[in-house]
Amino acid sequence: MEFIKSGTNFDFVGRMKIALACSLAVIVIGMASIVWHGGLNYGIDFAGGTLVQIKFQKEPSADAIRNAFTSIGLENSIIQSFGTSEVVIRTAESSSDQRGLSGKIEDALTAVYGKDSFEIRRVEVVGPKVGSDLTRKAILAIVFSWIGMLIYIAWRFEFRYAVGGILALVHDVIITVGVFSLLNKEFDLTIVAALLTIIGYSINDTIVVYDRIRENVRKNVKQSLADTINASINQTLSRTILTSFTVFLVVVVLFFFGGAVIHDFAFALLVGVVVGTYSSIFIASPIVLAFEKIKPSRLKRSK
Amino acid sequence: MLKGIKVRAAIAIVVSLAGLFFLTPSLTADLPDVWKKYLPADKIHLGLDLQGGTHLVLEVDTDKAAESTLERMSNEIKETLMTNKVRFLYLEGTKKARTISFELPDSASKTAFEKVLKDNYPDLEIVSSETRGGKEVVALKIKTKRAEELKKMVVEQSLETIRNRVDQFGISEPEIIPQGEDRIVVQLPGIKDTTRAKNLIGKTALLEFKLVDEEHSIENALKGIVPEGSSIVYESRLDRQTGRRTSTPLLLKNKTLLTGGYLESAQVKIGDRFAEPYVAIKFNPQGAKEFDRITGENVKKRLAIVLDGTVHSAPVIQERISGGDAQITGQFTMDEAKDLAIVLRAGALPAPVTILEERTVGPSLGQDSIDKGLWSTIIGGLLVMLFMMVYYRLSGIVANAALVINIIIILGTLAAFKATLTLPGIAGIVLTIGMAVDANVLIFERIREELRTGKTPRAAIETGYSKAFLTILDSNVTTLIAALFLFGFGTGPVKGFAVTLSIGIIVSMFTAVFVTRIIFDYFIWDRKIKSVSV
Repeated sequence: MEFIKSGTNFDFVGRMKIALACSLAVIVIGMASIVWHGGLNYGIDFAGGTLVQIKFQKEPSADAIRNAFTSIGLENSIIQSFGTSEVVIRTAESSSDQRGLSGKIEDALTAVYGKDSFEIRRVEVVGPKVGSDLTRKAILAIVFSWIGMLIYIAWRFEFRYAVGGILALVHDVIITVGVFSLLNKEFDLTIVAALLTIIGYSINDTIVVYDRIRENVRKNVKQSLADTINASINQTLSRTILTSFTVFLVVVVLFFFGGAVIHDFAFALLVGVVVGTYSSIFIASPIVLAFEKIKPSRLKRSK
Repeated sequence: MLKGIKVRAAIAIVVSLAGLFFLTPSLTADLPDVWKKYLPADKIHLGLDLQGGTHLVLEVDTDKAAESTLERMSNEIKETLMTNKVRFLYLEGTKKARTISFELPDSASKTAFEKVLKDNYPDLEIVSSETRGGKEVVALKIKTKRAEELKKMVVEQSLETIRNRVDQFGISEPEIIPQGEDRIVVQLPGIKDTTRAKNLIGKTALLEFKLVDEEHSIENALKGIVPEGSSIVYESRLDRQTGRRTSTPLLLKNKTLLTGGYLESAQVKIGDRFAEPYVAIKFNPQGAKEFDRITGENVKKRLAIVLDGTVHSAPVIQERISGGDAQITGQFTMDEAKDLAIVLRAGALPAPVTILEERTVGPSLGQDSIDKGLWSTIIGGLLVMLFMMVYYRLSGIVANAALVINIIIILGTLAAFKATLTLPGIAGIVLTIGMAVDANVLIFERIREELRTGKTPRAAIETGYSKAFLTILDSNVTTLIAALFLFGFGTGPVKGFAVTLSIGIIVSMFTAVFVTRIIFDYFIWDRKIKSVSV
């Protein structure tokens, strides 16, 4: 069976400008959304605060819960439904008091719903200090992983390849973050984990294409780099699409069957796999070409 | 050629069986006893998000510890100066800069002061010394290196104390580890009453015995005329009829006569009169001697038992108490009394701790997550396998076999290395399923390409593997680099993801490349096959 017949010859390099324009547009929209929303919708991991997940025997309305919370001054907290007959309550408060917010919530709900009609299944309290620590660590982890990739690819290939690869990764991360902002989805620790996974995964496709470019450059020294790149992308196209497809498949499974706790994580991966595959084809390799125009490689100059 | 295949096959089988060996105990509990004897006892360790439990991050207030050390030192210096007959005036130091200051009337006193300092307090150094209106003012602080050591010691002691408390509380497999400079991570699997655990861990539990100041009236003190050397402390009382807590102010002398540091044991006992629990404490020999002296000197006076700044009771000393036994009453519930006994036995924390982060997952949510994770793995695995079979036919089946072995080895490795499996960790395994076939897709696509150029099946397989290998290596190394940063950055559950992803990638190099190659080689080694089912 074959999805993509051999001998395809799409002109990827020729469409580079259109692709770059599209990417830029998406990036700008994402950035604008972040500015519009006044920053990302940080979860308690980064912003600090309290999250309580409660499962009810029968589905309660958010208003009823809100009413129950008036007595403990939590009526302005964020109440979201979470899976079936579950709600997640989020407040900015991170009380260090030993009984804590979950105890108060338990009391307030018991008063309204009775003792055994609900179950507190998850409590997360993150103080502001931890939040700012985690933010710093998250940014460092992402930046350092970019640098790590840059060094590895520069070592295994050439510096201009590394630049293309990293720009594609930065592109993937920014777009994924932008999508999260557009949908106003909560941005927490697991999303950063997803971003790092995307960084590790997206570069795979890129490397496969680069590998082929390198092979073809050696084989046909006379061919122009643009043609070589185009041929290489076409030759590896089937494989790029296929492996992205298998990963996409399992991520879709995670998204639908993995449960509410990792729902957003799976969503981030979903976006990342699609964007990552696109960037390997349309962004990473053309950048190598652009670099070549500015500064020809040794191979060409020595000729 | 055949010999090579046999050796490689043997390696593959041994590794796979090793994986299965470590994995088996996690799969089922009812194994025949004969098996149990030889199989490892460890199951895959589940993270708190899967088995339920509480994860706490505590911060030790080392500043507070430094403050009280300085305060204690300044008291000691005052006494030493007095015994050495050095004239001085103690000036309040600045708490922020952590200094203490003394004013000395003349240079002779200053020389004497410096000598006292040099002989007795090597940990202190002079920060500034100036002449103010003919008088010498000297500011002191703890040497930076020593302060660092103290800080470290305080954190270590806190860790040890918390470990003692948790051990006595009876939680199976708790984990208490330091994090960074002044933080402690406490993991309590399967804990039900989080509030009680937090109370137990977070309590400073500083037990002090102080005399009630009976020469001055509490009324005046409350009006703002607090006599020198005394201060107001509140006594907390539970009214048994109404169930309400009341707090009554008491005027206590500042001097601490005895602390919980001199305790030998603390036990819960039940009182005769109201059948209410109290905590019986026993001092060690040194403490007993002190207690004997204190009670002997202060008969008919009230001695307050203060725990973390709250008076628990302030009974009148009826007679000298020898033997070192005392009791702390204060209308406790049974659990409160039990926990108090635990914290007293384990000792006071050298500095207050605050809870910076708390993550609690109930057991039912954990089980839900396990179920969902399992289903995701099964469905994801089946879909990928189905796809590989349809797309690559027989070769796809070979890749699928490798995939199954891959999962067995991943889980076996987790069990063998006592790594923790978390929900994101399961996601990592699911993701590995999708990525592991990546290597096979690369190889198979390459084989197809080579076949198209008219190569024989054997040559195509040969080239397919050799050309794809470096690519596979490169792409896997980059994923590993990302996983490495993920591991460094993440907290518990995310770390679990990094772990399974890393193991999965490394194992996939073995199964998807090494193992599948053996199968291919076996089928082509002696035959003149005309086609490859790829």
